[in-house]
Amino acid sequence: MTALRGQVAVVGIGNTRRWNAPGRTPFDQAQEAAILALEDCGLGLKDVDGLFCAISSSGLPVLNMAEKLGIRPRHADGTMVGGASFLFHLQAAVSALAHGLCDVALIVYGSNQLSAGGRLVSMPDPQPYEAPYRPRYPISSYALAASRHMHTYGTTREQLAEVALSARAWANLNPDAFARGPLTRDAVLGARMISDPLSKADCCLVTDGGAALVLTRADRAMDMKAAPVYVLGTGTAVSHRQIAAMPDLATTAAVESGQRAYAAAGLGPRDIDHVMVYDAFTITTLMFLEDLGFCAKGEGGPYIASGAIAPDGSLPVNTNGGGLSCNHPGMYGLFTLVEAVAQLRGICGARQVAGCEVALAHANGGVLSSQATAILGSAATL
Amino acid sequence: MSADPRFDRPGPDDVFNAALAEGRFRLQRCRVCGAMRCPPGLVCLACGSPDLAWVAVSGAGEVYATTTVRAREGDYNVAIVALAEGPRMMSRVEGLAPEAVAIGMKVMARIAPEPEPHVVFKPVEHQP
Repeated sequence: MTALRGQVAVVGIGNTRRWNAPGRTPFDQAQEAAILALEDCGLGLKDVDGLFCAISSSGLPVLNMAEKLGIRPRHADGTMVGGASFLFHLQAAVSALAHGLCDVALIVYGSNQLSAGGRLVSMPDPQPYEAPYRPRYPISSYALAASRHMHTYGTTREQLAEVALSARAWANLNPDAFARGPLTRDAVLGARMISDPLSKADCCLVTDGGAALVLTRADRAMDMKAAPVYVLGTGTAVSHRQIAAMPDLATTAAVESGQRAYAAAGLGPRDIDHVMVYDAFTITTLMFLEDLGFCAKGEGGPYIASGAIAPDGSLPVNTNGGGLSCNHPGMYGLFTLVEAVAQLRGICGARQVAGCEVALAHANGGVLSSQATAILGSAATL
Repeated sequence: MSADPRFDRPGPDDVFNAALAEGRFRLQRCRVCGAMRCPPGLVCLACGSPDLAWVAVSGAGEVYATTTVRAREGDYNVAIVALAEGPRMMSRVEGLAPEAVAIGMKVMARIAPEPEPHVVFKPVEHQP
């Protein structure tokens, strides 16, 4: 355990739930989420003195956000490592708050990827050693990892399909999920192939959306409107940029980020009641559950095929419906934290995990490049 | 000029591309530990030494991972090839149907000239 365990709490969450909202910029979505998160805890914009922000389409997101919200942060962090950025921000915010560099931290994100064109928008970051081969970005990189996982462990497309089916089953319990309704195994397996072995049904959604978190030190968190959710431990890891540079395509750096988060929290996989893992593609759910220790390495396929992560299974995973069926506004990482906090508060209605005291949120960035894990808990876990 | 003379030579991407344009596939080998790196850079990825030498690559390799990209203009292969010298690189295996490219397949490099010179692979005739 580290000295930071439980020192900082999430006191406010904001989620615009606007998955297809034409006429709004990414910063509009982000501002709305920030306002919602601050109202959720009863603080005001002028209280925010720590700003953490990444936006796919902006090279200077912190400056834009601060100006638009009318705040003058004394601590700021625009770390950009793809969809995991916001869990890197969380780790940085915990440290900054604990050391008095700021008193109220706002982590915020917004996107208009669906209404602005319906395609994933990536930061300009040319890859001259990939470009001649025309991989479809980012799916071909994940497909290459999936090919390796299948080769090494015998994972099948049928097992990957169970990830998509479980996500949809959870989404059907979430009135705010973008993709709801029946989904059959045949429909998943019959979907159009994009980059073998991954088909359209293996891919996350492309939506709009905005999310925000407000954090304070634990002493102040007691005075907020909602029950605080404590940050018990965080861990991050950076592995590579291009998929060809990934040391082992069947094992992610979630092993490292997870071990760091577990050590910081003094907990292990068996202590976790609720899991959110960034499901950019079906294969990522499977690999992260293995690499975070929820099943043995290589056993992700049979584990998921057993129904373990579906609503009636033994481990509640991606209970909002995930990136596959709830929402995926380009960089989804912050939404793993928003759902984890909502579950720990016990406000999730039909999809609420009974007795949820400890939640793990895990996010991925780039092409399995950056990994970040956070373990959150209720007051009972302190 | 007071710049460190160890780094006076042209940047490694330029050297790599200039060699390809001359029909040569070259990478850097560490003078300290012997590790080869791909793509090129300024330090050895194995030991951190900046003392690297450009050497010819054999071109022999093995398919490490593979995907078929489905496209309107026709399906094509994208693969990661592990070079016999150690490092891996993204490339394309040609000369067979893209979905027939398999992990473990022995391949040999050639330099494709268009649109810019780049390294591609074809299967070797006698697979072990």
